[in-house]
Amino acid sequence: MSRRVLILGATSRIAQEAARCFAAEHARLFLVARDPRKLAALAEDLRIRGCELVETAQADMTDESSRERIVETAFAMWGGLDAGLIAHGTLPDQSAAERDLRVLRQEIETNFVSVASLLMQLAKLFEQQRAGVLCVIGSVAGDRGRRSNYVYGSAKAGVATLVAGLRVRVAATGVRVVLIKPGWVSTPMTAHLKQNFLFATAEEVGRGIHDAMISPRVVVYLPWYWRWIMRIIGLIPEPIFAKLNL
Amino acid sequence: MTAYESWGRYPRSTPAQVVPLSWISEIPDLSQSARPLLAYGMGRSYGDCCLNGEGTLLATRGLDKFMQFDTVSGILRCEAGVTLEAILRVVLPAKWFLPVTPGTQFVTIGGAIANDVHGKNHHRAGSFGCYVRCFEVMRSDVGSVLCSREQNADLFEATIGGLGLTGLILWAEIQLKRVPGPWIDCEEIPFEKLEDFFELSLQSDESHEYTVAWVDCLSSGENLGRGIFIRGDHSETRTSNIEVHRRGTAIPGLPVPEFVISRPTIRAFNWIYLHRNWRKISRSVVPFDTFFYPLDRLNNWNVLHGRRGFLQYQFVVPQENRDAVREILELIVAGKAPCALSVLKIFGSQPSPGMMSFPRPGVTLALDFPFRGARTLELCERFDEVVRRNGGAVYPAKDARMSPESYKLYFPRWAEFSKFIDPKFCSDFWRRVTASEVVDG
Repeated sequence: MSRRVLILGATSRIAQEAARCFAAEHARLFLVARDPRKLAALAEDLRIRGCELVETAQADMTDESSRERIVETAFAMWGGLDAGLIAHGTLPDQSAAERDLRVLRQEIETNFVSVASLLMQLAKLFEQQRAGVLCVIGSVAGDRGRRSNYVYGSAKAGVATLVAGLRVRVAATGVRVVLIKPGWVSTPMTAHLKQNFLFATAEEVGRGIHDAMISPRVVVYLPWYWRWIMRIIGLIPEPIFAKLNL
Repeated sequence: MTAYESWGRYPRSTPAQVVPLSWISEIPDLSQSARPLLAYGMGRSYGDCCLNGEGTLLATRGLDKFMQFDTVSGILRCEAGVTLEAILRVVLPAKWFLPVTPGTQFVTIGGAIANDVHGKNHHRAGSFGCYVRCFEVMRSDVGSVLCSREQNADLFEATIGGLGLTGLILWAEIQLKRVPGPWIDCEEIPFEKLEDFFELSLQSDESHEYTVAWVDCLSSGENLGRGIFIRGDHSETRTSNIEVHRRGTAIPGLPVPEFVISRPTIRAFNWIYLHRNWRKISRSVVPFDTFFYPLDRLNNWNVLHGRRGFLQYQFVVPQENRDAVREILELIVAGKAPCALSVLKIFGSQPSPGMMSFPRPGVTLALDFPFRGARTLELCERFDEVVRRNGGAVYPAKDARMSPESYKLYFPRWAEFSKFIDPKFCSDFWRRVTASEVVDG
């Protein structure tokens, strides 16, 4: 039987690439995103790439009521889900978030609160069916607060801690929770940044997410070398770290 | 890391801005652009027709969604940034294939149309443009235009082979070809001189779908133009699906010294390649990618030519002037030029709808030279003299240096074509071949 996968934030470049890997395996995908025109284009693309079925729903992930409704719809559509991928997110302008409390709140709302509440709702449903994989896209930015993007990083750190606890909570029921920590990825979200050799392609990262979701791994850095980069960054003593322009 | 250079890495130019495109529903308003625009897909054209120094590159790789695929009729519609590799991955399991394919699958369909690419079956099938049913072009002056043979036929003809100058291709619809499976029955036949190539071609073009020859450009005298003739057909006997597409490997990003491609190394390589199966025909059944895309196994083989990059020179001359091929091979020998790769083929007579298409009936030879400054440029200029004298043409997709005079001789419809150029679009190539001239009309 083909895999039933819910993808939230499906029009993000990384989610698209992961979806293509599921499509090649003839999965059934339930795609959620804000823009109906993008959703329609994406759904047709994934059908042609091999999906058995593609359903779409238009929703803003920061809107609590539509969030709940859509997860319920997706769950009911094919009598349960095999996997859920939470891929929506924004990369805030750090300095704007420092100046403006509304920007700060908005970013935490999108990158942490909405993710946390989706995880709670999905975990409950997955626990009831006693199976399934939940996958969240975190970030290496959550491993240590850095001057350049600590607001984003703090939301992602919150997600990481939440996932760690949730994983233990649901372990006995056979539900698996996977945290993906991508490093820099060339996507429209990072198009304004200067690219260097550590940037990975969205295709690599998307494939990595797909592979992590069907493997027994729980915390996956993409590409793998970020695990070691972040370990080293984590070891830098604070007085030195404060002087680095990271 | 994304670099916006051409495949030959010569010349280089830096765009002032790169705008990545991801969704057809979110194409920016082109009429507002302050700088000249040009689409950039996979950057596989060799010279400067994909470059736009000081201008804006519209990076089309994100426009990579399939839109429609009818597995019964083999009609495929997809966005302009979809690569031929992605197409094959989707259509080949359903026993469809590209009607025409160039020597790499890492080009976008938009690029294939804009350069009106050709392949090993040109003698039977014509160029890529022959299989384009329709496409949508986004113009800075009139917005989006749907083009086909029936609708806006003049813009349709100008855009096929139009080097991306007629506007931004958003999506295209092509007719695929039915095949029994992904395998190719392949034959390799060594030949000892140029005349033998023409004879082999004459026979094989009748009997085989795909024909091409590799030529040892360093051999001279008696052996001038010796090489290996390669011919193939889609295999009817072996048709099983190939599950995994093998990905190429990349050469690490270290500078490659220039002696890697030089006359001694090429001579050694050619000797081994020729003597692998010297004087005997080898027959094999190979996967399609081994047959069509041998160079794709190295993702960035272009860096082998060293920091200064390389030039491709591909020309065509009419059959009756085929002695021009001999003349050019002699120039290579006399100039002791390190010609790394050369490919010889007979083009057929099927016309392309493209107004500015390069393929035309005759003999075509493609040559690779590491760029060694003025010496390389002078040699190419001597080739041009031969090609001009013989009523031939040089392939813009591979060119980085032809003069405006040569270009206008090779492409006599250039003035008619220039009326279809989008007022906001330009490329380094177009600026070069129209330099110091006032375009009339």
